[in-house]
Amino acid sequence: MLLKLSLDKTGGLFTEMARDRTLYLPVKRGGQADFAPWTPEAEVCLDYLNTARSIKDFFLPQTENIAAFKREGKKITITPTHEEPSPFVVFGARACDVRSLDVLDRVFLSDPVDTFYKAQRENGVIVSMACAEPEETCFCNAFGIDAAEPRGDVVTWIAGNFLYWEAKTPAGEALTGKLETLMSEADSSDLKEIEEQGKAARAAFKELPLGKLSLEGWSGDDLLGKFTSPLWEKMSKSCLGCGTCTYVCPTCQCYDIQDFDTGHGIARFRCWDSCMYSDFTLMAHGNPRKSQLERFRQRFMHKLVYYPANNDGMYSCVGCGRCVAKCPISMNIAKVIKALGGNANA
Amino acid sequence: MPAVKEIQEKMRARAGELLRDGGVSMALGWKRGEFCHDPEPAFFESEAELDNFVYDGFSSPLLSKYLIETIRKDKQKGEGKGSKFLVFLKPCDSYGLNLLLKEHRVERERVYAVGVGCPGMLDVDKIRAAGVKNMRSFDETETEVTIHASSGDKTLARRDILLEKCLVCKGPEFAVQDEVLAPGLPSFEGGDRFAGVTELESMSPEERFSFWRNELSRCIRCNACRNACPVCSCNKCVFDNPQSGVQAKSNADSFEENMFHIVRAFHVAGRCSDCGECSRVCPQKIPLHLLNRKFIKDINAFYGAFQAGADAEARAPLTNYEFGDVEPGAVVKRGGGA
Ligand code: SF4
Ligand code: SF4
Ligand code: SF4
Ligand code: SF4
Repeated sequence: MLLKLSLDKTGGLFTEMARDRTLYLPVKRGGQADFAPWTPEAEVCLDYLNTARSIKDFFLPQTENIAAFKREGKKITITPTHEEPSPFVVFGARACDVRSLDVLDRVFLSDPVDTFYKAQRENGVIVSMACAEPEETCFCNAFGIDAAEPRGDVVTWIAGNFLYWEAKTPAGEALTGKLETLMSEADSSDLKEIEEQGKAARAAFKELPLGKLSLEGWSGDDLLGKFTSPLWEKMSKSCLGCGTCTYVCPTCQCYDIQDFDTGHGIARFRCWDSCMYSDFTLMAHGNPRKSQLERFRQRFMHKLVYYPANNDGMYSCVGCGRCVAKCPISMNIAKVIKALGGNANA
Repeated sequence: MPAVKEIQEKMRARAGELLRDGGVSMALGWKRGEFCHDPEPAFFESEAELDNFVYDGFSSPLLSKYLIETIRKDKQKGEGKGSKFLVFLKPCDSYGLNLLLKEHRVERERVYAVGVGCPGMLDVDKIRAAGVKNMRSFDETETEVTIHASSGDKTLARRDILLEKCLVCKGPEFAVQDEVLAPGLPSFEGGDRFAGVTELESMSPEERFSFWRNELSRCIRCNACRNACPVCSCNKCVFDNPQSGVQAKSNADSFEENMFHIVRAFHVAGRCSDCGECSRVCPQKIPLHLLNRKFIKDINAFYGAFQAGADAEARAPLTNYEFGDVEPGAVVKRGGGA
């Protein structure tokens, strides 16, 4: 059932949602939108499509405190220190970010299951939001994602002066149950407005610089052909190896386990890692990828070749465009897709 | 005064000449990207490749630091001994090259530095904030930029859409160069670059602390600020060394990133030329320049006006010792210390 709520009443909706759990939603921070816990004072911004950071933060946080080790004489005590999961809602996730969870699920929910990730998934309700007009850097359409019809436990749309709301899963129904009194039922003219807006959004992609990007020529099958391409050398040359692209990316999933000497014991963390870094997959003999060329190649081979090879052809990029917007030297996956892909991008 | 487009064509032609018969084996410049506002640093090895050469109001990434890798790789190959690399330097980048020379990170004889006048680099976020959507192309002069976008055409005053660093430009002079193309573009120098620092100094220590805690709380520790910095040129940064015990990634406590920035600010103190790259590249819009400028302001106050990178030889205040040097007690006199 499609429900609706006047946009000036969203404050009430947020208050209700945040009553018994944490509500994360796009908030203005440092002049740009980022997900943050909702407070009555928060400057909520729903007109930004892409938050600086992605919803990955809530399922695979940048840092997780896993365990503490303490030695007394010959005895070592190990205490689990991971935070107990608690229920939360992510409001305003865009279609690309929702799809990114499929990519992460395949990694963290297949055997051996990552229990921390699983707990976060079970505790989180996703309220997604359709895009009325794509951003300049968007190319989710290249991955078959429909920006106008995201998935999620609940899907919302903003059209005219209303927020429209539709529950899609049992978890979404349960959340909706608590909020129903705030909303009224939408009618067929509302539906029509949403549909028209969706059509316009889909059409708008055709006008975007990356709107016609094609993944032709990229699959898990052409491993060696891609790996040995002489183009990597040229493409990687300007890369600073900073890792910004990997940290803002919703599907970059590599992590490291680090032990930290606190002076009176050891704290064990799980933290994001970046294939762009010199100490990534560091082994006794060093990093197997010695040059920035190899590290750079790894990021894109993983997303466009290795991951699809192991996951029924699914790419591990969702075209959110964050890396496009944030790379300090304007190198990005779209350039790689074009340069090494089929002829369709010519 | 040549238009920016004319400078671009001059540069392209000159790079072609030098690649053809000027003893230069590679030219470091910028090439066209996917949008009209994202030129990428590029390494041109032949005249034919120069078709993509671009120099305009978005050619903001600095190039001098790339010389380290370029020369290192060239040596590794064992070829082209003595061949030179052409690098196009905007005035702010010429200070960076001087610092690389001074710290022996780059050899002077391997570099052919061509200074190019800069009209002031543009901030795409400011353009978007002015209501522009999906920029397709633009025309620029020294004072105005007309943007053609899906949201319509819009003419904006250049000053209003400049990068922060360009609002306080050090001026059109080059600290080091072998030749200058199109000198003397009127820059937007003259802004008070210490205004932000003065404001922070007028806060109470508690307010200042919470200002920085808040700003740095957004840091995702991506290292873009460090990796883009022309003076962050250590072969192995302490934060990349798993043996150092201060490793970057674990964020062992909520002060970890703060520590990183404090350490970095100290390490570039007296060496930071205030080129502004760190603030420009930060994906989280953290005003790192305020941290660096605090050091610059203090160095100026204690040792007399000093500009890092103004030359490649003289000893810098913090690496020199003189009897008249300020004593640590100065901190207490200024109200600091416990
Ligand atoms: S591609 Fe860009 S963002 Fe990614 S590591 Fe290289 S310079 Fe940094
Ligand atoms: S690679 Fe870039 S566009 Fe693709 S999902 Fe990651 S950040 Fe988004
Ligand atoms: S560039 Fe910004 S977010 Fe990245 S490490 Fe530096 S301050 Fe932090
Ligand atoms: S610290 Fe920032 S302003 Fe200073 S030289 Fe480095 S990048 Fe430039």
